[in-house]
Amino acid sequence: MAPSLCAICKTERAYIKRPKNHAKLCKECFIRVFEDEIHHTITSSKLFYPGEKVAIGASGGKDSTVLASVLKTLNERHGYGLDLVLLSIDEGITGYRDDSLKTVMNNAVQYGMPLKIVGYKELYDWTMDEVVQTIGKKGNCTYCGVFRRQALDRGAKMLGIKHVVTGHNADDVAETVMMNLLRADLSRLSRSTSIVTGDDRSEVKRSKPLKYSYEKEIVLYAFHKKLEYFSTECIYSPEAFRGSARSLIKQLEKVRPSAILDIVRSGEDMARLVPGESPSSCACKGQKAAAAAPVDDDIGGCGSTNGRTPGGEMAAMDKQLRDNEEYAELEVDVAKAISKSKQGGEETKKELPIRSGSGPSKGGRQVLGQCKRCGYMSSQEICQACTLLEGLNKNRPQIQI
Amino acid sequence: MAPEIETMPIWVDFAGGLQTLFSNKPNHMISLPIFNPSDFSPANVGFLISHLVKNHLKHPQTEFFVQEDGHLTPGILVLINDVDWELEGEEEYELKPGDNVIFVSTMHGG
Repeated sequence: MAPSLCAICKTERAYIKRPKNHAKLCKECFIRVFEDEIHHTITSSKLFYPGEKVAIGASGGKDSTVLASVLKTLNERHGYGLDLVLLSIDEGITGYRDDSLKTVMNNAVQYGMPLKIVGYKELYDWTMDEVVQTIGKKGNCTYCGVFRRQALDRGAKMLGIKHVVTGHNADDVAETVMMNLLRADLSRLSRSTSIVTGDDRSEVKRSKPLKYSYEKEIVLYAFHKKLEYFSTECIYSPEAFRGSARSLIKQLEKVRPSAILDIVRSGEDMARLVPGESPSSCACKGQKAAAAAPVDDDIGGCGSTNGRTPGGEMAAMDKQLRDNEEYAELEVDVAKAISKSKQGGEETKKELPIRSGSGPSKGGRQVLGQCKRCGYMSSQEICQACTLLEGLNKNRPQIQI
Repeated sequence: MAPEIETMPIWVDFAGGLQTLFSNKPNHMISLPIFNPSDFSPANVGFLISHLVKNHLKHPQTEFFVQEDGHLTPGILVLINDVDWELEGEEEYELKPGDNVIFVSTMHGG
């Protein structure tokens, strides 16, 4: 087969076939287009303001490594004026996290970014190794997920940072859309498609600049830019592949690669049909401050135009949206973990105050308050982390409370 | 004495966690028969995959690499001499001596 030439520069040999549009690109043009599309997502969604301090949730894995690299590049190229910091969580998993943290430390040196590591041990007085010793492997992901969410927020607070970016990619979002659809959980579906969660009222907001980036392209970007990342599965999560929704997404991609972005866009479109809820999709379609009229999307980096409501309506719904979406990410993690533990056994379910996992979340709204125990933001009297810790501390074999 | 089967060297790399299925070694030099003995067709990437499964996959959970039908598990990227295999005919690509084939899993956490 004669080598194809790059569709953009028409001189170099094509090395990549893009999943979203089958374009054949050379290495250099691919890297540039990949970065340009993330730049488009960032600017059209108004993710950052000049001078903002932003923490990159860094695990040492491919997504957060690519996110850090791209944000550094874009920050310099386009003069965002961002103050970027790497924020890592040490769950206390010997032989897994300690190795991946070495990757993050190398990244910190390579990218010239400060690195902050917060440990479960210092925050909760439990490592995941100790949690697993106490409760066993089943359901431990629930604990880890609840702890991690809060740990990232607390780490950001320690640094005086109000914005954490995470490496969630289009495949992750598509997977979540599928899971929430299959569970008929409309309110969570709405929240999970948002690019930003949390607002000025909450202490730390989250966003996912790679929301429209294919996992395949993230891996190829890392490969061609020779980025160093860590790719070992957590030793306490024996299902190396994260559940059937994930396999389903990958099967769909094999048949028709554009399916992934189509699912993300469908999720956004469906979410807007949920009464009282609205997703914040790419703001180039008219989010809050953006002009009322929808703007055409020439790069194709974000949501579809089908069935879009005018931007003014979006703007009006925006505040309502912000009220609703505080816990989107946590819920996803918890829901995943619960559905896993449900398959295997019942023991963790009893201890969990979180939605039982037996059905969709009721209603859309969550009222944000403070945990009575730790003072941390929570929609319940006692936050999930404190409730889990209470159960753990009762069962800690050698310690009397 | 069995007739000598002519082979060619193929450099195979595993990344993204797949190396754990292949003796925890990321880089392998594979001596691949130049013909697929089942139909005497020239060795292609599809044959390489079945050869790897038969002779080198040292892990009980083969589904992390191939599906029951013998095709690669979706979510694994393949690069032939650094080129996306989708540009090279995927399993149909006929291998040449010294080719480098990289298998990268995209499924591990990030």
